[in-house]
Amino acid sequence: MSDRSVSTGVKILGYQVRDLARSRALGGYALALALATWGLVHFGGGTARALPSLATLVVLVVPLVSLLVTTSFVHHGGDFIELLLSHPVGRRPLFLGMYLGLALPLGAAFLAGVLIPLGASGALSTHANGVATVALAGALLTAVFTSLGFVIALRATDPARAMGAALLVWLAAAVLYDGAVLLAAYRWAAYPLETPMLVLMALNPVDVARVLVVMALDASAMMGYTGAIFQDFFGGAVGRALAIACLCAWTIVPAWVAMRDFQRKDF
Amino acid sequence: MRAVLILLAALQGTQAAPASQGTVATRVVGPGGDHATITEAVQAAQPHDTVVVTRGVYREATVVVDKPLVLRGEDGTVLDGEGARGLLRIVADSVTVSGFTLRDTGISFTEDRAALLVDRAHFCTVRDLRVEDAFFGIYLANSGDCLLEDNTLRARSTRETRSGNGIHLWYSTRVTLRGNRIEGHRDGIYFEFVEDSRVLDNESVGNVRYGLHFMFSDGCDYVRNVFADNGAGVAVMYTSDVLMEENDFRGSLGNAAFGLLLKDITDSEILGNRFRDNSVGIHAEGANRVRVAGNDFLENGWAVKIMANSEGSTIEGNNFLGNSFDVATNSRRSYSDFAGNYWDRYRGWDRDADGVGDVPFHPVRLFSLVVAQNEPALVLQRSPLVALLDLAEQVLPLLTPEDLADPRPRLAPVSTRWGPS
Repeated sequence: MSDRSVSTGVKILGYQVRDLARSRALGGYALALALATWGLVHFGGGTARALPSLATLVVLVVPLVSLLVTTSFVHHGGDFIELLLSHPVGRRPLFLGMYLGLALPLGAAFLAGVLIPLGASGALSTHANGVATVALAGALLTAVFTSLGFVIALRATDPARAMGAALLVWLAAAVLYDGAVLLAAYRWAAYPLETPMLVLMALNPVDVARVLVVMALDASAMMGYTGAIFQDFFGGAVGRALAIACLCAWTIVPAWVAMRDFQRKDF
Repeated sequence: MRAVLILLAALQGTQAAPASQGTVATRVVGPGGDHATITEAVQAAQPHDTVVVTRGVYREATVVVDKPLVLRGEDGTVLDGEGARGLLRIVADSVTVSGFTLRDTGISFTEDRAALLVDRAHFCTVRDLRVEDAFFGIYLANSGDCLLEDNTLRARSTRETRSGNGIHLWYSTRVTLRGNRIEGHRDGIYFEFVEDSRVLDNESVGNVRYGLHFMFSDGCDYVRNVFADNGAGVAVMYTSDVLMEENDFRGSLGNAAFGLLLKDITDSEILGNRFRDNSVGIHAEGANRVRVAGNDFLENGWAVKIMANSEGSTIEGNNFLGNSFDVATNSRRSYSDFAGNYWDRYRGWDRDADGVGDVPFHPVRLFSLVVAQNEPALVLQRSPLVALLDLAEQVLPLLTPEDLADPRPRLAPVSTRWGPS
């Protein structure tokens, strides 16, 4: 990319960030997260008890908010995009500017919402590993579901349908998929399921993020499992690195698909 | 007390012999001493003499101590087995050994080769030994009334079959182990057919199999010991009348690793211990009339696994904090009582403000039953779906053991010697 298109991208990123900052949605998101975290720490009986609940909350809420905010902004920004495209602006820098302009503020809002109350309670020093893992999982989930949100928004032209599709994707990834995995585990209980289960987890970004958290919070239980593959996976740095790599792939591949769609789309 | 009286009686009995009357001598072994080898000194000594071994490395055949003696090594006195033999064998009563470094016995597959073997002897004292790279470290067979104190045993075993136990007691009674540190052996401390013994303030760390392993050893106490990072934790079996108090069980990770494995243990007490970072805190199989009280269960995979063949045990006044699963069992019925524990998962109210929750707590989650039946499902830990299933089961219990419940869950942790968690 030339310098000019980079600067265009940065400029668009700046507009987008300012636009988002004005729209109360992100502030509300950060505030709601902060309130929930603060409540969990103060009324739930300390950080040790709050972290697991927070992890479940993050795994549920972050994908939902990222999806909804992304789809709605892409649709509401339709006129703005058309306006920009009538100027000599490349589609790649425009897309990247928009993408980062959404993913970065969303991620920042998430981190602020979770880390500020945890930091205030002193958890950053006492439970550094757990907090870092939850923060990392949430940040990566934000990136993944911003990418997926772009794919949905660019493929479904009707805003209502896009919203419906986003909700469906969220429900499937957060809840239904695990139900199917559980049923499969019972259906094929007689077979060695370790590797298939890990592959199934890799196919759902919400599960990958959850597994990343479980590695930090439930290592003792995971080590108690009979099979060697789980022990190797959950016991060391290898599993963690694989999970993070997996989430990165889940960010980049849909983002690339969305960019191709964006480049070909007739606005 | 009784042991001391017997000890005094025995001492007086032997001292009545005319040969040793008033002639307690000190013999010095080493270059410039009275004797060149320890064996020579022991052979020349009269009962109740003191043999002092000056610093240096001694390579001689296994020293057999066959009369009551005080055997003392100066700082830096090393007995080297050259990978071929045990170093000291005590076959007489009232022997005291202290201050030596015993090293390199080598491995034997035909005998239980030990750095120090006490064979059919009573009233021995073993103190301040350093035992390095021994097959078995200190081995008592058919002995009793002994004190093993402040010894350090270190081996570098990696495989169960090629290593022996650190402190090994077989058919022995009234032995006290105090302040010893055992590392890198097969079992740190091993008791078989031992009675009325005390294990106090020892550290058994990083052993290949169990930190503590006992069988058929009634009436023994285990107090303030540390059992950490052992291959499979601590296993105790086929024993009654055990007291385990204020021990620290931690870092037993693995599919067959337990902070504490109870197998056929009856009429025993497990009080004020801490179980931390173990795959399973306590695994109880056939634990009958065992009282588990005032313990801390922190961040274990499973805090307590209690099998249905455990009857009449009580689990009361313990703290359960940050465990992946609190309680697992293999039955819909419960034959043990849970009462007055603190559970961090408890979400009930306390409207009469008496510190006890208004509704019972059911510590067995549906998901722990699922995992028991279908282990790979463990990857779904903390899934929202699992939370939903657990919630549904709480509202309408169909599968989880209904009578395995804590009717009086506490709202604040019990205070223990381990302090606020």
